[in-house]
Amino acid sequence: MTTTLPPRPAPGAARDEADAARPATTASPATRVLGAAALVATALLVLYGLVISPADREMADSVRLMYIHVPAATYLYVGCFFTTVASAMWLRRRTPGWDALAEAGAEIALVFSIITLGTGSLWGRPTWGTYWTWDARLTSTAVLTAMLVGYLALRRLELDPAARSTRAAVLGLLLVPNVIVVNRSVEWWRSLHQGSTLVKLDPSIEGTMLVALMVGFVAFGLIFAWLMVHRFRIAWLDQKADGLDLEAALAARRAESRAPTAPETEVTP
Amino acid sequence: MEPIVHFRAAVALLGRFPALAGIDLDVMRGEIVLLRGPNGAGKTTVLRACAGLVPVVRGEATVLGHDLRRNAAGVRRRVALLGHASALYDELTVADNVTFWGRACRARPDDIAAALQLVGLDGRLRDVRVGRLSAGQRRRAALACLLARRPELWLLDEPHADLDHEARDLLDRLIRQAVDQGATVIMSSHDLDRALALAHRIVTLDAGMTADQRAAGAGPGTPAEALRGDGEATSETTAEVSHVA
Amino acid sequence: MWRDAALVAGRDLRIEARSRVTVHQVAPFALLVLVLFAFALDPARSILERATPGLYWITVLFSALLALSRSAALDETAGARDALRLSGLDPSGVFVGKSLAVAAELVVLEVLLGVGVIVLYGAEPAGVGLLAATCLAATVAVAATGTLYGALVSGLRVRETLLPLLLLPVLAPVLIGATRAFEAALGRAPADGWPWCGLLAAFAVLYSVAGALAYGTLLEGS
Repeated sequence: MTTTLPPRPAPGAARDEADAARPATTASPATRVLGAAALVATALLVLYGLVISPADREMADSVRLMYIHVPAATYLYVGCFFTTVASAMWLRRRTPGWDALAEAGAEIALVFSIITLGTGSLWGRPTWGTYWTWDARLTSTAVLTAMLVGYLALRRLELDPAARSTRAAVLGLLLVPNVIVVNRSVEWWRSLHQGSTLVKLDPSIEGTMLVALMVGFVAFGLIFAWLMVHRFRIAWLDQKADGLDLEAALAARRAESRAPTAPETEVTP
Repeated sequence: MEPIVHFRAAVALLGRFPALAGIDLDVMRGEIVLLRGPNGAGKTTVLRACAGLVPVVRGEATVLGHDLRRNAAGVRRRVALLGHASALYDELTVADNVTFWGRACRARPDDIAAALQLVGLDGRLRDVRVGRLSAGQRRRAALACLLARRPELWLLDEPHADLDHEARDLLDRLIRQAVDQGATVIMSSHDLDRALALAHRIVTLDAGMTADQRAAGAGPGTPAEALRGDGEATSETTAEVSHVA
Repeated sequence: MWRDAALVAGRDLRIEARSRVTVHQVAPFALLVLVLFAFALDPARSILERATPGLYWITVLFSALLALSRSAALDETAGARDALRLSGLDPSGVFVGKSLAVAAELVVLEVLLGVGVIVLYGAEPAGVGLLAATCLAATVAVAATGTLYGALVSGLRVRETLLPLLLLPVLAPVLIGATRAFEAALGRAPADGWPWCGLLAAFAVLYSVAGALAYGTLLEGS
């Protein structure tokens, strides 16, 4: 006959209880330092970008958007790289950390892709008179944005977690190859009609403009890192909250037993 | 003799749900075992686990010598599962379907033809699209797919459902024939009268665990009893009753 | 693997032959799209003529979505998935078989659309070798990629809407390449077109390999 046992306390229960008393947070000393550094770097960027560096000969003040646009585009690709590598590692190791990293990478990449598109579009307006030019980088970024939206849509599906993670991992694995193929094709295509990228990084850029650009890279790098750490931790906590506590699940399952747990006292008339 | 199926405190997950929370099961070659229990007890999952389709995460689970925890896929070719859901394509005829699934598992053409004959679908119904068949006829077509595989272990999930009286007799005959030729059968059924007459042993499941095991009155000299040596089948079986966690 | 692929391809094509969905529904849809383009773009012939390669390939892509969705639906029921896993069929073979079946359907569709474009848009066939090679490469590319992505969304309630969102951005290079190659062929400058055809072929190989490798994981994991 089956009996129902009270669930055994999980190992480390004492520690978990103490943690439960404090609200879960994704901040830590490391992220506070990172965040502070990012703020400082951003302030510097604003300073250099808007004030110290001169306006460009050709592009006038709109060149200042480049100090945001180029780093944003770079870290967009870094984010995609994280997603693809993490997807590959998840398929090999199947530990939830890689799954969380893949998700974080894609979401942060999406944020940066919108920044890239926005700044690129804003740059186009005064220079070419239109908000959208079909230049290679903008077009590829638009396609990449669609891919990221699709990836995140797949992640939000109602499916059991293991299946969802498997499918997302296969899709994520294909992300960087897709990006490479799309970028090459679009560049080749646009090069038939015009220079491949309207926003060329002038190799002779120097002086304070170069400094401003470097500051931009540093600032965005710190922002990217800060966002990634937080987003990864959120995804990680999500995984744990969703995760399988096998003992509890087993106890609940066994409790479904139809057998009476104790003989009932009969009331005899 | 090694049991064909050996489960000890096996835990199997469907996604995050532990459908099996501690199954003990031993099935010898040539036995017909009936699984019974309320809906949701895990009968279908036990059958699918034996087919290597469901991951076993705890305990011991061995089928036909394959350790399901290490290499579940290895056992698939040697078993056959007749489940609820149909794997038949409505647009194709009975013959097309059975031929496809037969050739997929590398069955011999003779076996495929024989399978159709055994279930009585080699006449007019052979070239009828599965979509037009009745539920019972579809079941028989699925059964033909199973027969063509010549499996060592038959896993039948409520095989008597949808079948008329004649077809149920046919199924019982086929099961007995298969067992005579060395196969083993595990089945779940709600048609208890028929199943009890057929089975050597009955295993009752409850909430993902084995609640009870006992011999059915399937006649003297059944393989299960014979293997235990003496005639005290009852006490031997009681000793086997699992101690539930 | 090839034996399994042939078996699965035969099955898919036989199902198609019996149900005639491609012939009765997808093909008319494709021709209808061609007609709709003519309504949308001024019947002034010059626009339609110049845009013919692009309109042709967009129509092919939209029709392919229907064909791929249907191909994925064949194997997405729980019973079919279990049976596939039990059957011992090589998952790579299943993938290749399904891709080939869809590719065959698409080729038929493309020929039909070719006729449609000649009749409706007044296109003049030229550089037929390049046209044929492009069709072949693009078809395999679309079929392979679509079968893999179809497996990614199979069994989901939102399969119909998610598949286009996932697949079309990925197929952007195919659209670009096929259109450029067609333009080159029809514009009597095929030398410009062959490199694009090469791109399509590389894409087709890439996704055929990727799909063959990933299909097994998807079959087991979901």
